[in-house]
Amino acid sequence: MITESILLLLLFALIPLIIILIYALFAIWGERKVAGFIQDRLGPMRVGGWHGWAQSFADLLKLIQKEDIIPANADRFLFRLAPFIMFAASYAAFAVLPFSSSFIGSNLDIGVFFLLAITSLLSISVIMGGWASNNKWSLFGAMRSAAQMVSYEVPTIMSVLSVIVVAGSLNLMTVTEMQSGNDTLGFLPNWLILQNPFLIIAFVIFFISILAEAHRVPFDLPESESELVAGFQTEYSGMRWAMFMLAEYADMLLLSLLGAVLFFGGWNSPFGDFMAGPAWGFFWFMLKGLLLVFVMMWIRWTLPRYRVDQLMYLCWSILIPLSFLNFVLIALWEMIF
Amino acid sequence: MSLTTILFYLFALLTLGSATFMVFSRNIVHAAFAMMFTLLGVAGLYVLLYADFIAATQILVYVGGILILILFGIMLTTQGFTSGFKTLTVNLVPGIGLALLASAGLIYVFVSSPWTSVSMEAPKTTITEMGMLLMHEYMLPFQVTGLLLLVAIIGALLMATKISHKPKKDS
Repeated sequence: MITESILLLLLFALIPLIIILIYALFAIWGERKVAGFIQDRLGPMRVGGWHGWAQSFADLLKLIQKEDIIPANADRFLFRLAPFIMFAASYAAFAVLPFSSSFIGSNLDIGVFFLLAITSLLSISVIMGGWASNNKWSLFGAMRSAAQMVSYEVPTIMSVLSVIVVAGSLNLMTVTEMQSGNDTLGFLPNWLILQNPFLIIAFVIFFISILAEAHRVPFDLPESESELVAGFQTEYSGMRWAMFMLAEYADMLLLSLLGAVLFFGGWNSPFGDFMAGPAWGFFWFMLKGLLLVFVMMWIRWTLPRYRVDQLMYLCWSILIPLSFLNFVLIALWEMIF
Repeated sequence: MSLTTILFYLFALLTLGSATFMVFSRNIVHAAFAMMFTLLGVAGLYVLLYADFIAATQILVYVGGILILILFGIMLTTQGFTSGFKTLTVNLVPGIGLALLASAGLIYVFVSSPWTSVSMEAPKTTITEMGMLLMHEYMLPFQVTGLLLLVAIIGALLMATKISHKPKKDS
């Protein structure tokens, strides 16, 4: 009885893991393809035949065979632990995402709050890895990452909060359910971004902040290859490094899916009752999330990297005051209309 | 044993084990990372008490905020992060006395309080009532806390920015 329930729990918990793994394999290939097309070349073309679709599998096999190097003066235990904590943090957050109208890991009443709380473990794991490597670049990267994530948590939370004010619930399933239907202007879907002009500003702030939270260009200072030699990952090799990569891509997907739930109606079909249902819901949810991931990749190959002081200036002097002002305006709008 | 019981013992073990490690560790960075597991274990115990909001707040504030600040403090003050400072045992006798006193008080409370076991049921909503209370009954304390935090932020800013009365030199 008890073993059965534990097994059932594990099976249930495996579903997001499988989604993440399949997504990561193709997102890495996709990222290289996007990079290729933006830079007017083809990207990986050889492995697997059609446009090199099996490139990630080849990379994975290569990474598995690589030697697992731990620097001589590194803190061996923390060095080994850091990648797992990082992946566990982003994986745990998938529990509260409503993948479709009939699948959600845990229908928590405080869903989005749990998500924001558990992802704060990410910066701890980055510090852990950076410190344990016993390398100057790694420590610099870790410090930058922690400062960046702590700072950008404020605008992220403020923009999420402005959505919560409109939706009136922290439960992501409820937030999604209240966005179903096509009543805006008669035919547009009831997505929150179309309901309130200030929520568009909130989405822009949210998107900029999640770029910084997920360490994406133009805010990838913690790993900037040219100055810090990949920052906190410098000393990692083989599968441990792959674990960091996986966690990073999982974090990207997580934050994009969160954006899809909060602003673009989650699993709701854009055509009302047409193409709606649990399976279609999963399709729409992933499509919206992956589109946001694609925009992140697109930005990566379009914009140059910020400087540290510019990064902090942008956060504390522009985004945070703007997000607070926007929050007040959204609350006023909700009171009046 | 139900799943909840097993989970309770797991979280209790995690909390106590990491707390012990934290206290006895010679390496201060290890102690800080051990504290993370202690805080997570306590958060897990909160969840088992159906206080999920407190658990998430615990993780957000203590792990995501205070622990990072502690780590920052350690890493910015140690000179060369390999030879970092070791923790020492000082004031052994007064420390033991204080610990004994504190544990005696706790044991007294534990023994003397009338324990009743309440059958636990998951509340339908955890934060709606809390929000109502905060915004209606406890509005004033809530606002005063906000004001206190604002004053603390201003104070921290004042201390951090060194106000120099000399005119700035052009570089």
